[in-house]
Amino acid sequence: MSKGAYRTAAIAAEIAVPIAILAAWQAWTAQAHDPKFPRLSTILVEFRELWLFSQFELHVVPSLTRIALGFGIALLVGVAIGIPLGLSRWGRILAMPHIEWWRAMPPPALLPISIVLLHSIGNRQKVSFIAFFCLFPILLNTIDGVRGIDPALMETARSYGVGRLERIGRIVFPAALPQIFAGMRTSLSLAVIMMVLTEYFSSTSGVGYVLLISKNTFQLAPMWAAIVLIGVLGYLLNVLLVLIEHRVLAWHRGWRAAAAQ
Amino acid sequence: MSKGGGQVLEIKKLGKTYGTGERATHAIADVSFAVEDGEFVCVVGPSGCGKTTLLKCVGGLLSPGSGEVLLRGRKVTSPPEEMALVFQEYGRSLMPWSSVWNNVLLPLRHKKLAATKRKTLVEEALAAVGLTRFSHHYPWQLSGGMQQRVAIARALAYQPSILLMDEPFASVDAQTRGDLEDLVLQVREEFAVTIVFVTHDIDESVYLSDRVVVLTHAPTEVKEIIDVDLPFPRDQITTKELPEFAHLRGHVYRLIKREQVEPAELALAEPVPESGRRG
Repeated sequence: MSKGAYRTAAIAAEIAVPIAILAAWQAWTAQAHDPKFPRLSTILVEFRELWLFSQFELHVVPSLTRIALGFGIALLVGVAIGIPLGLSRWGRILAMPHIEWWRAMPPPALLPISIVLLHSIGNRQKVSFIAFFCLFPILLNTIDGVRGIDPALMETARSYGVGRLERIGRIVFPAALPQIFAGMRTSLSLAVIMMVLTEYFSSTSGVGYVLLISKNTFQLAPMWAAIVLIGVLGYLLNVLLVLIEHRVLAWHRGWRAAAAQ
Repeated sequence: MSKGGGQVLEIKKLGKTYGTGERATHAIADVSFAVEDGEFVCVVGPSGCGKTTLLKCVGGLLSPGSGEVLLRGRKVTSPPEEMALVFQEYGRSLMPWSSVWNNVLLPLRHKKLAATKRKTLVEEALAAVGLTRFSHHYPWQLSGGMQQRVAIARALAYQPSILLMDEPFASVDAQTRGDLEDLVLQVREEFAVTIVFVTHDIDESVYLSDRVVVLTHAPTEVKEIIDVDLPFPRDQITTKELPEFAHLRGHVYRLIKREQVEPAELALAEPVPESGRRG
């Protein structure tokens, strides 16, 4: 099989299997007449009504904004703290127990206290909550990435009189970037989970809120539509991140391939 | 080759010990030698004799335990701007995320230079090592020998008066090695640099240098300093056919061989210096 044909077949298979599953679902729900499992076509109509038109601005935009802000803050803080901790042994000795402790905390356990402490059930609480739990994978991966830097590289820079800040910008950060991206992938899926969790717990808008309201009012089609949307959002966000990573870390794939030879 | 104007570098009673107490490793006991301006000095010694440690002390990356390194009479305490160091591990000392051009540019970014001057320096350095056409490549797209050329170009662009080279050609094949040796001799002429070159290859040390400093095994001392009066320009074939070359090579070989029949347990492995040090 030629390379082009192989690619085409792979993409076709990737699309064909979900379509087959959806078709089977439709066929099964059409004959089952079970109110708990509305027909797929009903869910999709609901999906279109709910998410693509009337409610997009009201519920999808707030949810996406919260994810973007929470994830963005986690990324900035994680890298900003992770780099010095990766470089400093004493910093790690002091900070690691605290990081491990908070990281081991199940997010729902902190949900009530986050509302009390932040006096908020609005965006402030939701963004903070998402940021807090997205922080750990990025932070820990940044620390690991920085620690894994080849000492020869740092020594070279030092011998050329490259200052500390420039060393961080030109060597430490790019060298840790592959690991930082690994952390970002984990954090991004956490961001979607935290978004749903906070909105489901207390909110007046967002996808999680729609999920809650539909449940409370026994509207199963919108509930399913919300579930489908959450899945689609999570999937698309990950695709976006992978595309960015593919571009930013092109050197890394080439380098690894060259090293493997 | 004329040995120019006076001493630039003086290594005085340099010693280095790793660790303390019972577990101390006495790497370098007492090493003294001087390097004249424009001179090419090779340092050879049995494996594990602390050659890399010595060079890092000279380059200001490690502080010597005792003794001192003087650069034009001034004590070296941190990497001086006049020196550039080329490491053996070219693959590890180049930034894989940067193009060849940006790798060579790295040491120039913080120097107070006009942008055009920086550009010229990088261009000249790449031209000197024959890599002009590869400036947009990543280092890992090049062969080992070419990567080491990038490292040499980076050192040259820094405009050092002294080039310190730590077994730079230890991990390339013999053919490439010969080419790189000639390249170093050529850039030495072109850029008028003083070179201190550490190697474990005896042929290489004699072929390249004006003087060979032979070290003992650890705890290291200077065994002998040998003048190499082979004519320049040197040539991989004709120079190595000269009877003087064979004689010098044999002489250095005997000195080192005598070192290596010492009990094996004395040949301490070179300890890894603390890498977390920052200046």
